[in-house]
Amino acid sequence: MAEMDTSSGGGHKKGPGVKKGKKLSTRVDLTPMVDLGFLLITFFIFTTTMSQPTALKLMLPKDAENPEEQNKAKESGVITLLLGKDNTVFYYEGQLDNTASNFKSSNFSGIREVLLDKKSRTPEKDLVVVLKASSESTYKNVVDILDEMTINVLKRYALVDISKQEEELVRISVANAAAGN
Amino acid sequence: MGRAKLPRKSTNIDMTAMCDVAFLLLSFFILTTKFKPAEAIAVTTPSSVAAKVAPDKDIVLITIDKDGKVFLTLDNEQIKEVVANSLNTTMNLGVDVKAFKKAGFFGAPFSGLASFLQIPEEKRRGDLLPGIPVKDSTDNQLNTWIRVIKDAYLGKKMNLLLKGDNASKFPAFKAVIDAFKKNDEQKFQMITNPESVPTGSELWKLTMAGEKREE
Repeated sequence: MAEMDTSSGGGHKKGPGVKKGKKLSTRVDLTPMVDLGFLLITFFIFTTTMSQPTALKLMLPKDAENPEEQNKAKESGVITLLLGKDNTVFYYEGQLDNTASNFKSSNFSGIREVLLDKKSRTPEKDLVVVLKASSESTYKNVVDILDEMTINVLKRYALVDISKQEEELVRISVANAAAGN
Repeated sequence: MGRAKLPRKSTNIDMTAMCDVAFLLLSFFILTTKFKPAEAIAVTTPSSVAAKVAPDKDIVLITIDKDGKVFLTLDNEQIKEVVANSLNTTMNLGVDVKAFKKAGFFGAPFSGLASFLQIPEEKRRGDLLPGIPVKDSTDNQLNTWIRVIKDAYLGKKMNLLLKGDNASKFPAFKAVIDAFKKNDEQKFQMITNPESVPTGSELWKLTMAGEKREE
């Protein structure tokens, strides 16, 4: 009857076997942080524009002057480049023969040699390159050929309209080349 | 036989220094990144050996995408306002001047300009838009645009830039050039990706000799 309930009281008392709250380690492993850091760096490296887009200057001859310019150029110093479909390039020197016997074909890698060859054979004041692009050539072809002018240091060149006869000739030659391959 | 005990060293590396370097590099790149405005018109420009950097002020940019569609971008807000007003008075288009000024680029015929401006900015994408009509030589609308812009510039220097896609065909390019010629604009620049000069070529020899390239 006079039993003291010590059981609950016994519950409060900490047993000798109970451990204290564990002390947490304060050392943080920084490896994941470095991983994130490098991921972000990679993102910014790829989105940074290090190189500005460059501009290629082109000056157009005034239409009124054009016929005079063409008359002034000596036939021996003129080489005409025609741009066709599928990155083909055709060229002829001087005027186009009636039988088009001097109409030759090339491509963008071969044309540099042709131009250098012409350059070595012609005195500088006579050398003129006439560029004509057919309706099937692309913008890339035009920029590439203008680039060739700059690479080979050809100072006198003009981008002019292609005549119907030449356009037809280019079309046939492209078809022949495609059929022959 | 007792083997010599190899002294065991701790393999934990202190990552603090590495972390510092990483964040320094990161800060550098964050500060030097210039975000390009998202291009509504996807264009792959060809590369060239030209060395001049494209100007970014007072530009009149004409973009030709791979299907030959022509788009126009102006960056000067005042010029845009003058252009909008003059288009309204001469052609009675009734375009909203504010929307015109805010527009990133223009790619519709004059008749559709008002409705073009009503499309929300995010929805204006190059492949869905008709572009400025240039193919028909009797109705080369780019001609009118350039004339109006030229008048707005009142003789001040404007940079005519052309950005064409690799695959766009020559007739579109020719039509744009014709519009320039009609307005007496003989000089313009084409935007390209930089490319190094091929070694052994004439130009390369020039640059090696230290001569300045003629632009």
